[in-house]
Amino acid sequence: MENAPASPLATYLAHLEQGRLAYQFSPEADAPVFFPRVICPKTGSANLEWRISTGLGTVHATTVVHPQQGGPYNVALIDVDEGFRMMSRVEDVPPEQVRIGMRVQFRVHRPGGDEPPCPVFTPVEAA
Amino acid sequence: MRGLQRGGAAIVGVAESDLGAVAELMSPIDLMAQGIQRALADCGLGLREVDGLFCATTQARTSAMSLVEYLGLPNAYTDSTIVGGSSFEIHVGHALAAISAGLCRVAVITYGSTQRTVGRRAASAREYNPYETPFKPFLPASAYALAASRHMHQFGTTREQLAEVAVAARQWALLNPAAWEKKPLTVADVIAARPISDPFTVRDCCLVTDGGGAVIMTSVERARTLKKPPIYVLGCGQSITHATISFMPDLTVTGAVESGRQAYAIAGMSAAEIDVVELYDAFTLNTILFLEDLGFCAKGEGGPFISGGRIAPGGVLPVNTNGGGLSYCHPGMYGLFLLIEAVRQLRGEGGERQVAGCETAIVHGNGGVLSAQSTVILGTQAVL
Repeated sequence: MENAPASPLATYLAHLEQGRLAYQFSPEADAPVFFPRVICPKTGSANLEWRISTGLGTVHATTVVHPQQGGPYNVALIDVDEGFRMMSRVEDVPPEQVRIGMRVQFRVHRPGGDEPPCPVFTPVEAA
Repeated sequence: MRGLQRGGAAIVGVAESDLGAVAELMSPIDLMAQGIQRALADCGLGLREVDGLFCATTQARTSAMSLVEYLGLPNAYTDSTIVGGSSFEIHVGHALAAISAGLCRVAVITYGSTQRTVGRRAASAREYNPYETPFKPFLPASAYALAASRHMHQFGTTREQLAEVAVAARQWALLNPAAWEKKPLTVADVIAARPISDPFTVRDCCLVTDGGGAVIMTSVERARTLKKPPIYVLGCGQSITHATISFMPDLTVTGAVESGRQAYAIAGMSAAEIDVVELYDAFTLNTILFLEDLGFCAKGEGGPFISGGRIAPGGVLPVNTNGGGLSYCHPGMYGLFLLIEAVRQLRGEGGERQVAGCETAIVHGNGGVLSAQSTVILGTQAVL
């Protein structure tokens, strides 16, 4: 067999570069798969489709991190509407105002330098 | 851990190594060896009788190899399964299987860490995770904090209830001469302490100490010829539900439900028959989650269950009688110390903190970020 042309992570990041939140879908399991993998954990099948999320989601869990240096910031788990969960943060509101159940919208954060883009969220109300 | 036999082996020796802040340049393997020497003395066996080594530390990538070299035991049966702090509860199951299968006769389970001396970052460097690291969670605390946010949201668990877990642990620690923390603690102290990752302050988080120790296991027949009464392994279980908090199936329900179910099934027992409870309290939330998941109260009722000193000395259920990872000692992978304390309680060696009439104990290890759960049920001859 030929080697895979791209890793799951590289494909995910390439979509993010283009401003898209991508995830995999397993037709056999009829379920989303996230984080991206080379096989579906429910069936063991290598048949995984890439799909693009609408980028809408709901805050599932939230915390405010208080670093020893620098200001506090949010870390959250987001339930994306297509049925998968991911770690991210909610921006554009003070970290302590992020609430479980808050509706949020994806956007790409580009840290610059050698760091890859990452998916962050903002409140739908403020968008 | 289906297939394991109730009472198929016994713990015969336990000991801590130096704890707290150890001497400069002491290595994790030095602490393992110190624990082994003391645990062998505890049961009257010699080093040359050891033929099974079960070990884990974050500071030696090939710890079994290092330990074999250190002890000069080239033919020892080895296992260095490492899944975080519950590794040693899993080692009990593996040692029980190895002894039952005749792979070894005298098994040592051991741990050593110098994380306080060398710094937490040097002791256990975190692997980069492309789906989490960019968001800078303060791990492991933020992972448990996210779980706490769900428990509070779904069940109304309060900030004060979380703090009460730390207060109860401190009250037990004040009865343990080996405990790191020596001063009383109040709910107000916990809440007013330096914030780490909401809702946790530093007092909701386990200590950062050095330390190690060892547990010696052997067959029931051999155990009965040794210095102290055998403590029988009545049941074992394990469940690993995830590695990263983003992918924990349900943030309010841990693999302890399954590991506990397995252990209770082998032991033929239920929570109602347990006299003393030793749970891995890396964070205050853990004690609440594991009391629920191991059947001491219903899901969501852990907050009220621990309130009003109910798990403190003199309460209805003795939990974490050594003072726990919150107040006694926490070198990074604390699970070994749960086994040591349970054995001491079952032997009646608890001193001021001894639980009266203690014949059964449940030990529950937690590894990673609520990831790797392992339960061990222990008992005296009276319940075998």
